[in-house]
Amino acid sequence: MMNENSNANAWQRKVASSASNLARWTLGWVLTMALATFGPPWLWNDHKLWTLGAIALNTLLGIGMVLANIKHLKTLDEMQQRIQLEAMGITLGVGLVVGMSYSNLDISNVIAIDAEISVLVIIMGLTFLTATLLGAKRYK
Amino acid sequence: MKNHLKQLRAQRQWTQAQLAEQLEVSRQTVNAIETGKFDPSLPLAFKAARIFGLTIEEIFQDEG
Repeated sequence: MMNENSNANAWQRKVASSASNLARWTLGWVLTMALATFGPPWLWNDHKLWTLGAIALNTLLGIGMVLANIKHLKTLDEMQQRIQLEAMGITLGVGLVVGMSYSNLDISNVIAIDAEISVLVIIMGLTFLTATLLGAKRYK
Repeated sequence: MKNHLKQLRAQRQWTQAQLAEQLEVSRQTVNAIETGKFDPSLPLAFKAARIFGLTIEEIFQDEG
């Protein structure tokens, strides 16, 4: 029993560690996204080399974030993995359908504004959050 | 799938959190299995059987 408990605590520590690792990569990605977005007009006067460097750094941190997410998903237990899988599937579907409809509205000039990718990112983020919360509630 | 996880846990006076620690899953997962909302995989069922010192069939029963 002692040995099983120490293994279990090791598992909980592993989950907490991978979650904080993912949070660090996500924070890095968000900060470099802000740097790549606001840096050109505010910090280096649209200097192309600096802009390319900021975008490259942001992309690298984005790849790190995806890898950290994969690692984190592997540490979760099977029910948590199922909740995440279902939420990601719903998010992918909603993102595809809403994204294409939003693009069509722009192309056919039904909406006056240009379709922005940030709107799609917000919709996908909110969808994932809602689907995760509903998934967790379903198994409660 | 029906199971006797809750009764077996109660017999040993374990909390859901204590069983979850031994199974290396979250407390919510133990609760979902006990209430029949989530069916565990075969490896997790084997692990539960090992912890209780029983066979899988003594803990889990097919409803179909």
